[in-house]
Amino acid sequence: MGGRFRYIPGVVTLRMDPHRCSGCGVCAQVCPHGVFVVEGGTASIADRDACMECGACALNCASGAIEVEQGVGCARAIINGWITGGPPSCDCGGDGSSTCC
Amino acid sequence: MSCSAIGRELSAPPGSDAQSCGPGACGAGPTSTDGAGQGELPGYRRWHFVSSFLETPVGPVPVVKTSLERPDRVGAALVRLGVGRGRYRVAPGLYAVGAPGPESPVLVTANYKLTFDSLRKELAGLNAWILVLDTAGVNVWCAAGKKTFGTMELARRVAACGLTEVVSHRRLVVPQLGAPGVAAHEVKRLCGFRVVFGPVRAADIPAFLEAGMKATPAMRRVEFPALDRVAVGLVEFANERRTMLWVALALLALAGIGQGVFSLQRAWLGLWTGFAAYMLGFAGGNVLCPLALPWLPGRSFALKGAVAGLAAGAGVWAFAPNALAGLGLWLGAAVAASWYGMNFTGSSTYTSPTGVEKEMRAAIPLQGVGLAVALALWRLGVGGV
Ligand code: SF4
Ligand code: SF4
Repeated sequence: MGGRFRYIPGVVTLRMDPHRCSGCGVCAQVCPHGVFVVEGGTASIADRDACMECGACALNCASGAIEVEQGVGCARAIINGWITGGPPSCDCGGDGSSTCC
Repeated sequence: MSCSAIGRELSAPPGSDAQSCGPGACGAGPTSTDGAGQGELPGYRRWHFVSSFLETPVGPVPVVKTSLERPDRVGAALVRLGVGRGRYRVAPGLYAVGAPGPESPVLVTANYKLTFDSLRKELAGLNAWILVLDTAGVNVWCAAGKKTFGTMELARRVAACGLTEVVSHRRLVVPQLGAPGVAAHEVKRLCGFRVVFGPVRAADIPAFLEAGMKATPAMRRVEFPALDRVAVGLVEFANERRTMLWVALALLALAGIGQGVFSLQRAWLGLWTGFAAYMLGFAGGNVLCPLALPWLPGRSFALKGAVAGLAAGAGVWAFAPNALAGLGLWLGAAVAASWYGMNFTGSSTYTSPTGVEKEMRAAIPLQGVGLAVALALWRLGVGGV
């Protein structure tokens, strides 16, 4: 994000195990915020606080080296989750809304 | 039972057609006969954006135009106002742009019509296939989060459309923002196609293809320009109509009840001043906050919203009946803006759910206290408790 937009630091659930990494580079490719860099045959987390927990990297890491709690950063979804006691759900109005989640 | 190969409007409910894409499902397929236009079938209306049909080994495939026309613009405007958003979709399946052949690239997208339109309008002069997944009319990013734009749907759609017979290569260009739903290595295993993640923005697709399917780092980054921020903020005007009604009713009741059992005069004063302040807060949270996002203080959206609300809410002094009510109205506007600012996390492109939850736990109690104080001041101000 070039530093222009930053969210609350030190909270994200992103974890990566360098021993399992094959250096394929897919994580760096799919991440929309440039969180990973791949150098010398392994990936590393270069900018953790830029992570938005979208889950693209973990899903696409064939070696299973990445873990992150994927979710929607939508206040309404989280409230729904609190009320129902289930996971955050963002069926805001249930009409395929594109604004939320 | 929906065969996209005719390019007709979706008539079956979403989900019911997962297995029925391709010529097999269309019976004999729309072979043209004398006196009928190619691809015409009784009872099916052809979409205005389908210019013709291309004969392929799996039957006729609709060729779509790369320019947007009046119906597209009207539809887009309505959907932005919240009208018919859930039904704004095209039939999933295979489409063509230009005159694609077996070597032409396959671009994967969602069946939300706004998404489909924003892709095809960037493809002028290109020859390509578009594979539309069934995301129930939700855009790529949201659908990927819900996994409807996902590995299984992609593999299934490739098979159902007989893609292996249409193209000789085994590559699918999937928009990068589909990656939270599509596991490239799984797709390869399930249907033999290699996923190449394309750029974030459809506008970069020609350059991406030109460069031999290579995205520059800039093409891989999600930005959040002011225009986008305001556009998603404005949608709340349509989304929140019901809340507005409840707010109005609550204000009316709160102002009316009291000395003299129920005073209509006081209720009216309370209603319009309170509602005007709420709308100032609404604009603060949904318009000013998105617009000024990078410059508002703090990381928390609730705080950014509150600051925007203090600015917008200063407008209450133009109509506040007295200082006491004015203070209540101003504070109320700030609380409303803080709430809507906090909700804007869902539209933003860089907030993490863990962070949003943390900010909400801190902000909601404060918003509650602020609201209670605001209501008390305003109620005392409009008189006769
Ligand atoms: S996707 Fe996984 S294996 Fe590939 S570079 Fe990233 S962490 Fe390493
Ligand atoms: S979860 Fe998303 S934003 Fe976070 S590192 Fe992975 S790809 Fe990047």
